Amino acid sequence: MTTTTLAVLVPLLPFLGAAAGLLLGRTAPGFIRPLAVLPTLASLVLAVLVAADQGGGPAVDAATELTPTGSVPVELALHIDGFAALVAVLVAVVAGCVQIYSTGYLRDDPRYSSYAALVSLFTSAMLLVVYSGDLIVLLVGWEIMGICSYFLVGHYWETPEARAASIKAFLVTKLGDVPFLIGLFALATDAGSFRITKVLGAVANGGLHHPTLIALLLLAGVAGKSAQFPLHTWLPDAMAGPTPVSALIHAATMVAAGVYFVARLLPVFQASSAAMVVLAVMAAVTMAGSALAALAQDDIKRVLAYSTIGQLGYMTGALAVGDRDAAVFHLLSHGAFKALLFLAAGVIIHAAGTNSLAAMSRMAGLRDRVPDAYWTMTVALLALAAIPPFSGFFSKESVLGAAEHVATGHTGHAPGPAGWIVLAAGLLTALLTAAYAMRLWLLAFRGQGAEAPEHGRQPLAMNAVLWVLAVPSLAFGGLAFRVLPDWFDGRDLAPTLTTSVLGTGLALVGGIVTYGAWRHTSALAARVPLGAVAAHPEADAGLVEAEAIATHRPAYGDIAYAPDPADPGRLLLGPLHRHAAVGFHLDAVYATLFVRPVQAGASLVRFLDREVVETYVRGAGAVPRLLGAAVRRAQTGNVQTYVSALLAGTVVLAVAAVLLATGA
Amino acid sequence: MTLAAAQHGFLSPTGVEIAFLLVGLATFGAALVTVTTRQLVHAALWLVVTLGGLAVEYLLLTAEFIAWVQVLIYVGSVVVLLLFGLMLTRAPIGRSPDADSGNRWAALAVAVASAAALVWVVVDAFRTTWIDLDGAAAGTTKVTGESLFQNWVLPFEALSVLLLAALVGAIVLSRKAKADAATAAQAREPRGEQAAEEGAR
Amino acid sequence: MHLVYPAVLSALLFCTGLYGVLARRNAILVLMSVELMLNAVNLNLVAFDVWLSKAARETLHSGQALTLFTITIAAAEIGIGLAIVLAVYRNRGTSDIDRLRDAAEGPDDDPDSGHDSDAAATARAAEKAEATA
Repeated sequence: MTTTTLAVLVPLLPFLGAAAGLLLGRTAPGFIRPLAVLPTLASLVLAVLVAADQGGGPAVDAATELTPTGSVPVELALHIDGFAALVAVLVAVVAGCVQIYSTGYLRDDPRYSSYAALVSLFTSAMLLVVYSGDLIVLLVGWEIMGICSYFLVGHYWETPEARAASIKAFLVTKLGDVPFLIGLFALATDAGSFRITKVLGAVANGGLHHPTLIALLLLAGVAGKSAQFPLHTWLPDAMAGPTPVSALIHAATMVAAGVYFVARLLPVFQASSAAMVVLAVMAAVTMAGSALAALAQDDIKRVLAYSTIGQLGYMTGALAVGDRDAAVFHLLSHGAFKALLFLAAGVIIHAAGTNSLAAMSRMAGLRDRVPDAYWTMTVALLALAAIPPFSGFFSKESVLGAAEHVATGHTGHAPGPAGWIVLAAGLLTALLTAAYAMRLWLLAFRGQGAEAPEHGRQPLAMNAVLWVLAVPSLAFGGLAFRVLPDWFDGRDLAPTLTTSVLGTGLALVGGIVTYGAWRHTSALAARVPLGAVAAHPEADAGLVEAEAIATHRPAYGDIAYAPDPADPGRLLLGPLHRHAAVGFHLDAVYATLFVRPVQAGASLVRFLDREVVETYVRGAGAVPRLLGAAVRRAQTGNVQTYVSALLAGTVVLAVAAVLLATGA
Repeated sequence: MTLAAAQHGFLSPTGVEIAFLLVGLATFGAALVTVTTRQLVHAALWLVVTLGGLAVEYLLLTAEFIAWVQVLIYVGSVVVLLLFGLMLTRAPIGRSPDADSGNRWAALAVAVASAAALVWVVVDAFRTTWIDLDGAAAGTTKVTGESLFQNWVLPFEALSVLLLAALVGAIVLSRKAKADAATAAQAREPRGEQAAEEGAR
Repeated sequence: MHLVYPAVLSALLFCTGLYGVLARRNAILVLMSVELMLNAVNLNLVAFDVWLSKAARETLHSGQALTLFTITIAAAEIGIGLAIVLAVYRNRGTSDIDRLRDAAEGPDDDPDSGHDSDAAATARAAEKAEATA
């Protein structure tokens, strides 16, 4: 089979799996698990084959036009370069792991069949985005991911948190998608085509008339999808979904789509230095703010969610300094270790019966209860904190190195201020990242107090996946940074000395300070009993998690916050802690700026509808009713009256007709 | 026509016309009494006068066959039937105060209005039209019979089917009735049939 | 003879019959008035037939033929009509037209009373339940 055929099959197989899963879900429950896992694994194999065929050589391009679509043609196009091939492999790996993990995690869930089908559809949509060579086809995948995320985040729709989170995720990403769509149209109008190759060609020839406008419009969509400031607020709330969904959304698919999109169309953004600076500021605010927020979260998954936002900030930072090699490198390594973090967090939540770090820190022996999760999570946290030689170190250093290059003026493809912004924010975030990684590890695994509740052994499917993902978290960065430039644009991804020393040093400082703070505060933990545990020894992990999320607010007063004096983050952040815990009140700001006016407008409209419009409607009903009552009086039942009226009318008509006929 | 109209101006009464006018007045008066009297049986009797007057009018118009049929059928059978009906429904003998319904003023208005409209139209249209009554009579039995059996055979036969249907219908309607009502309904039907037979003769 | 005389007489008779149909209360009197109207039409038919048979040399005598038919049909009509009146009288005990008001708008058809009747029905059901309890 040619590379093109293989590449077409890659997104097609999960799509067919999803369709079959949705169709057979009720009639043949025995087929659901194979239908969920096998197409994803097959498309993983095919994606690897495509990557091997492509091999970092010239991009594979194929296009077919199904039907004429007006002035700007829409084509079913493939555009597979090194970025696409490798990102597709990442997507397929994570999706395969998530599917296998889900068979254990949601093994008793009554809605597993639709869940698995939606995950397959999600995977298929992401693969479509990755391989697509046409912006409209890309948009199709982009939007399918949006709706799938809505359904998957709302998987536990019995809980109000999940319902609110799914609607929020959908609305916020749509808020970005509208400008994104307009931006795509503007771009295609300027370039005369939706084909990525032609767009890039037009950019190279200076064919763009409004590069800043287009870039900013597209950035809005990217910010929504990739959870960048100021549209990131949906992502922490999206933790109300099942953990495998979080892993899928945060590691490889939805949030990666925005970064990947910018990487594909980087020349478009580079055409406008204003857009690059905006991107840099966006990345810097996102990075630093999310790292501070992560340090204050109580829900283990929300910590990871904010860390995802921060790592995505690194990627957009790399893009802001015009280095998409570093961005995609970080995307790949982050995809692996973040998927691992989430999946391991799912295991921990199941074992602990809670998603609250405060409750976990009062539990002894959680580490021994889930040794696989403990070791793999340690690896992943080290990768997250960018400690050499884990993969996160190399990819993050490549980002910092690129920023340093630009800041010191070595390259001219990005504005210098952007480099400084990204570099400063990146180093600060490195410190904070290590701090919250350390805090997470300490609170989750070094708890003191009562014994953790017994939840039985974790299913093999869940533990095996953790080890599969631990391998790239450990080794991918070190092995790949020499090879990847052949696949990408050929930039050097090797860590430079200055940034390595600075970054690693700051990370170590962050970790050590957090440890010190923890030593100081952990003594308090025993004095303040805290925590609520969902104990279902027989239930599957999904049920435990749903219950833990649903009980967090009643138990601790807030979905993200716990009044725990033993939290080292509280000591480290000081007065900032309370603000960081609620994401720096951004939700409140949005509530004031957007939600309240909209609600006020809605109540106004409701008032107008109830009192004004409805009055007319009621009047429209009442007047005929009154007329009807009047006419009803005429219905006496006396036939003679009827005939009298009839004949009177006849006489009048006849006289009128005669007068008319005689012309009188 | 115009010549005839010129010869016979409006209101230049001949003997026939005077007779027609007098009989017509009597007929109209009897009709008015028929629809206004409070005694139900008297109404039927005044109807006899009206119908008889109309028969005279037919004669004056030289339609002698129709005049006799009118006398035979209307005066002879229909009025008798109506009297039967009045008796069977236990109509009160003597003045009944509620012979007219509450609708009478509306009815009067409609009737007067339509009378005015009709008379106005008819007078306007036929003010000068003259009927030539001289020569062969237009409605002798011979003429009518020839016309009926040369030109109107098919409707005539169809009419007999209609009469049969009416007969059956009257029987069915009166079936559950008491015996006297049923016989009354049956008794009146052969008369209708008879009328058609007489028409044939 | 002037055509106007029979025509006007016919019109007046017709309207007299009309008044009777509209104003009389007893159904048999209404039937009599119908007979009056039919006869008015007959007079018209005969008069015009006589006029046309001379003036237009019309030999079909359609007016007279139709008059005969009308008379026949009137006889049938009066028979059926009386049968109906008798049937009504037997069923209702009256032959007054203005008492036969089944076509009148009844109070039960009021749409507003639908809820009331529902409420009444539930109240009745509740009473029944209490009684059985």
